[in-house]
Amino acid sequence: MKGAEILIKSLLKEGVDVIFGYPGGSVIPFFDFLYDSPLKFILTRHEQAAAHMADGFARSTGKVGVCVATSGPGATNLTTGIATAYMDSVPVVAITGQVKTSLIGNDAFQEADVTGITRSISKHNYLVKDVNEVARTVKEAFYLANSGRPGPVVIDLPVDIQLQEADFEYPEKIDIRSYKPTQFGHPGQIKKALKMIYNAKRPVIIAGGGVIISGANKELLEFAKLTGAPVVCTFMGLGAFPSDQELYLAMPGMHGTVYANMAITESDLLISVGCRFDDRVTGKVDAFAPEAKIIHIDIDPTSISKNIKVDIPIVSDAKNALGQLNQEIKTGKLCESGSWHKRIKDWKAKYPINYKKSSSLKIKPQYVIEELYRQTGGEAIVATEVGQNQMWAAQFYKFDYPRHFLSSGGLGTMGYGFPAAIGAKVANPSKEVVVIAGDGSIQMNIQELATISSYNIKVKIIILNNHYLGMVRQWQEIFYKRRYSGTPLKNPDFVKIAEGYGIKGVRIDKASEVKKAIKEIIDYDGAVLADFWIEEEENVFPMVPAGEAINRMIGGMA
Amino acid sequence: MKHTIQALVENKFGVLARISSLFSARGYNITSLAVGETQDPTISCMTIVVNAEDERILEQINKQLHKLIDVITVIDFTRKDYIDRELILVKLYKDKSKKKNLEKLSREEHLKIIEETENYFIIQLCADKHKIEEALKELRSFKIKELIRSGRIAIGK
Repeated sequence: MKGAEILIKSLLKEGVDVIFGYPGGSVIPFFDFLYDSPLKFILTRHEQAAAHMADGFARSTGKVGVCVATSGPGATNLTTGIATAYMDSVPVVAITGQVKTSLIGNDAFQEADVTGITRSISKHNYLVKDVNEVARTVKEAFYLANSGRPGPVVIDLPVDIQLQEADFEYPEKIDIRSYKPTQFGHPGQIKKALKMIYNAKRPVIIAGGGVIISGANKELLEFAKLTGAPVVCTFMGLGAFPSDQELYLAMPGMHGTVYANMAITESDLLISVGCRFDDRVTGKVDAFAPEAKIIHIDIDPTSISKNIKVDIPIVSDAKNALGQLNQEIKTGKLCESGSWHKRIKDWKAKYPINYKKSSSLKIKPQYVIEELYRQTGGEAIVATEVGQNQMWAAQFYKFDYPRHFLSSGGLGTMGYGFPAAIGAKVANPSKEVVVIAGDGSIQMNIQELATISSYNIKVKIIILNNHYLGMVRQWQEIFYKRRYSGTPLKNPDFVKIAEGYGIKGVRIDKASEVKKAIKEIIDYDGAVLADFWIEEEENVFPMVPAGEAINRMIGGMA
Repeated sequence: MKHTIQALVENKFGVLARISSLFSARGYNITSLAVGETQDPTISCMTIVVNAEDERILEQINKQLHKLIDVITVIDFTRKDYIDRELILVKLYKDKSKKKNLEKLSREEHLKIIEETENYFIIQLCADKHKIEEALKELRSFKIKELIRSGRIAIGK
């Protein structure tokens, strides 16, 4: 059997049913076998989008997403998507063609050192130089991608290896002696943590993306109920805890709620679960939870005591560690101290997440998202681009379920949202999938309108169009004397663009039309691009200036 | 402060690059790096001397090394009992007036004159990091043509 066929057979063994990608000279043998295989192939219009689609597929399902590209430029185009997946711990396997082995290192046509380039942006990578190694490499790659702290794995496969013959035998088991992620919390650490929890008066739980990745949302809810500790969900953790719970304090950090940031700042115990204390969460580190002891549950030891010094580290899968804690907790509502809950309740009442309602006909972006939440009942999978659109989505779409929010949190990749939504829709055809985009970021992968048009992928695109690169403009307004350098956008007619690709396009420019427009978008049986012309200089508030303490927020506290 | 770390790694293509790019990507300073096969030919031992400003950075270096898939174990010798060795080779300009000094030095510091050419002495010293530093201080009083140092290797007691 040829190497390319072994690769396809191995993917099938791993349960792969769809691949996103783009062909090229070094992957023609692979595409030749793909032609007759049961694998569904989605041809993108740019390799970067293929990587993001694999990512959106993976985030929305928990399964490994797969993308493929040719050597050289095909592979380098994947890199932004690989780096995005790496920062947010998303299981993706990226397959790249490579020039034939005899030419590697010769500056051959379409050659790039893919393992070199992706070394620091992937969990692991392989250059396969022996056809007998293809099957085992695929097995390892899938295992690595979706175990421990997940992440992207790259398989670089030279074109001559794809054509060489070998026997196909797929390994049943895999054992990598140097890779043994810790699955359960150390019992001694669990005991110490419990003692700390029993003694806490003002506890707060910080739930990060790790809760969603490990599927620990039920355990988290139980843990919060048992302890009575309020829960903040980081940007990556949105959906880990139901928004209708009284204990829910929404998102902390730079654009978090005032009450989440106040609660963290004044807490005496932080229990962090699957959160890596990103600088957007902590703000000024010295002023972050100054009185709190910290328990940190994370499967990746490098996340612990990296940015914030931790008192009790628990290296473990989040679901397992929460399960261990829940089992050991003897009585209910340990932390319930009425005064703490009352203070939080007061903050919530005094500083709700809010915006000034429109006094003119202009559309408020927050209103669009509130309306989307209302009309989808919070059931939609929402992808976002990066910038103001992303933050408004995080603030005003209430995420009640895990794996319903797809956004580039770590890397902040503009151009992620639209293809990620496509990947999610391919994985969840019966779900409503919406991308909330800005007029800047939608143009970073707008060519994918061709992809949804040709495969009839019914993604709903909402552009919050303010004719600016809004987030940078906001910083320029607040910190740079309104000197709008490089941020005003002269946009194309998005409706005509959509129509040019054979997609329904609509423009909405009056606040009074929003409700009806959202209904039409949801009801329409097909892809829609909706171009909402919003209040141009609307800002995202509250806001913690970069490097400030998180309780020093602009907006939202007046 | 300098720390000696030992990493046992898979003996395969590209692992050295992974280690060195980890250090450069995260801004850690490597003082020296020595790599060689162990008694098990599938495993290489890397002895890395790093300059870490504080405990937090040292802890991160250890953890980040361990996180690399091809790294099997990481031992930080900072608080451990261990023996270390470095090898230096030095080419000194011949200076008859100093020959006596050199012979004295070789008795005291275990320096070995391994070759004497028309113009140079070639000297070898294999010792631990303290002895090497002391010997280097002494050798500075000679005129050095070339000084070559190996990376440090270490073994736990």
